[in-house]
Amino acid sequence: MTAVSVPAVRQSRVRRRPSEATPADYGTMLGCALSALALTWLVFTRLTEGSGWFGFMVVAYFSFLLLYGLVTADRLGTLVAADRVVTVAVTTGAVVLLTPLVWLVGYVVVKGVAALRPGFFLEDQGGVQATAAATEGGGLHAIVGSLEQVALTLIMTVPLAVATAVFLNETRSWFRRPVRIFVDAMSGLPSIVAGLFIYAVFILPYAQQDIGILDFNGFMAALALTMIMLPTVTRTVEVVLRLVPGGLREASLALGSSRARSVWSVVLPTARTGVTTAVVLGIARAVGETAPLLFTAFGYDLLNTNPFRTQQESLPLFVYRNIQAASEPARARGFTGALVLLTLVLTLFGAARFIGRDRTGRQARRSRRLPLPETGAAPSPPSPAVAPPPRLPTAVAVRPGADRSSAGDREPPGAATTADPTSEEAPGP
Amino acid sequence: MPVDARPGDANTPRTPRVVVDEPTRVDRIFGVVTAGSGLLVLVLLTLVGVFLLLRSRDAFDESGFSFFTRVEWRTDVVPPEIGVLGLLAGTVVVALIAVALAVPLGTCAGLFITDYASGRWRSFLTGLVDLLAAVPSLLYGLWGLRLLSDQIAPLSEWLARNGSWFPPFRAEEGDSFTGSMLIAGMVVSLMVLPIIASVTREVFSQTPPGEKEAALALGSTRWGMIRMVVLPYGRGGIIGGSMLGLGRALGETIAVSLLLPQVPEVTSRILENGGATIAGFIALRAGSDEFTTSGLMAAGLVLFGITLATNMLASVIISRSRSGVGVEL
Repeated sequence: MTAVSVPAVRQSRVRRRPSEATPADYGTMLGCALSALALTWLVFTRLTEGSGWFGFMVVAYFSFLLLYGLVTADRLGTLVAADRVVTVAVTTGAVVLLTPLVWLVGYVVVKGVAALRPGFFLEDQGGVQATAAATEGGGLHAIVGSLEQVALTLIMTVPLAVATAVFLNETRSWFRRPVRIFVDAMSGLPSIVAGLFIYAVFILPYAQQDIGILDFNGFMAALALTMIMLPTVTRTVEVVLRLVPGGLREASLALGSSRARSVWSVVLPTARTGVTTAVVLGIARAVGETAPLLFTAFGYDLLNTNPFRTQQESLPLFVYRNIQAASEPARARGFTGALVLLTLVLTLFGAARFIGRDRTGRQARRSRRLPLPETGAAPSPPSPAVAPPPRLPTAVAVRPGADRSSAGDREPPGAATTADPTSEEAPGP
Repeated sequence: MPVDARPGDANTPRTPRVVVDEPTRVDRIFGVVTAGSGLLVLVLLTLVGVFLLLRSRDAFDESGFSFFTRVEWRTDVVPPEIGVLGLLAGTVVVALIAVALAVPLGTCAGLFITDYASGRWRSFLTGLVDLLAAVPSLLYGLWGLRLLSDQIAPLSEWLARNGSWFPPFRAEEGDSFTGSMLIAGMVVSLMVLPIIASVTREVFSQTPPGEKEAALALGSTRWGMIRMVVLPYGRGGIIGGSMLGLGRALGETIAVSLLLPQVPEVTSRILENGGATIAGFIALRAGSDEFTTSGLMAAGLVLFGITLATNMLASVIISRSRSGVGVEL
């Protein structure tokens, strides 16, 4: 087969790319798929009793892989066959990544939208019978609880996480290694253990004493969520801080500013968008956490706006309890809550991606707005004899200044960020 | 530079100036604050262990070492018989099923992103992996409970009917096939998948392009290149990522508590209704009486120890491997 096709190519002088798929390849694939389906059908309906569509798909897939490999090995040799089969398998990996997500989102939307009314955002579950229609009452208490708990979590997490990340990345302490190991270990802490811990420390010992703040309440939930959110946010912020060019730090220190000042005025402002992205992703993670709340906020059917006293509901708890209920309306309510939760998480995720998106376009626009003399004047003070190597990139950036649209595109990302902190640093020292 | 330039001090001998890094007050505060927050993480994690141990004393006093060897969890008899073995067995089985499913898929997904996908697909799939990790486990559990179980059950039934020569596929006559460890493992594998996919992607993307090009230039196929260059290079990352995934799977709570009946038992029958995991069991028993709670604390302590060990081992493997030096977990 191969021996025949080679002279044919040489005669017609058609350029052939190694990765190209010929019609015969597609034909093979289609034929193998059909015969795999037929074979599976035979196994499942004639030889044994059926197994549902999922089993059918799985068996059909593997018999397709087998047939495709055998046929290709016969046509083009085992080397090509292995390559083709792996290509199919690897592509399947990507498809499997996508399918459950689409399926899950679709399912939650379809089931949740049925009972979604404006009332869901305006009422709690007060006076709603278990058998009442799913559209009665709402999830206001859960939404308020979730928002308050996450807000409290943020207030505690963000300063701590940023400080720890700064410690890991901006100081030279010998102590950094153990802290990094522990942050890594803590990020694998099972969420239920975090809840159990807060329960063991703050709630259990004071169970009979009726102290408002040391009982099941939203604040305890926030503490547990902090345990979950702290390590993830710390690590993401640390990665972002590592991306800040060292030259900026050195420039700031060389100008005589203290360490604290250079972190505060140079490093953090440069990493601002990255830190924001990390925090928003952390919120998305915290909003959906259920397990730690079981031992801390405990859940409640009525609106409780004070997170420091008595039990409080939250969206995940609301969904968790309702989805397990026996009555159909309660389940429908749970699905509505799940839809709201999913929307919230997806929105937050989208926001994080939006904030952390590739800024080259925007930077280009900003650098276009910069007055030309400033870009030109900055490198001029040092004598030209010493300067040439570092000046080279600036020269490139300045020259197309006449042709401004291309200036920003060609500019390295670092060059545009440099303008930011230096201008903020100016009034500092 | 070493010259002391003060005017009028010409007689003093020239000594090299000692450069001292004298921190200002602000710097000192800065150092204390950052080091303190670093210390806090250390302290917190230690406290978790200490407090769980303290609160579980009742349970350990009551059961002694048999806490680790007993399968049942019964608080209705006197004296109460509680043990973690049944929970532990379920936890490990579910986590192993999850990892066994997620590792090949996650590695394939990672490979697809680095070596097969082109520009736009690559960034789309990278974002998708992050998104998968952001979906709350509650929603996976809900989806698994209300939709997926019923779709998988016929397959389990078929396996039980035709594959009963294989011990894990055995099932009692007339038993339900929903709420099985297989289904729980499948749902948990979806939650582990993004972790493994992102670690392997990160590792594969650091393969030296020169080595890849050399393999291709010597005439290897794409699979040959991957087998000879990418996979050996990323082996540490694959193993470490799997361990990390295992750690997550062991601690997975809500989805499992929704999916499994949470009856402690030691069984290899993964197809039929049954099984319990430590995390799911704790979640289900939230708000119990004092003694049960101390038992839960003890179980939590066991879980804490196992996940901690797994995760630390994973970080060590990843950071020691050739490819994983700069990898963020």
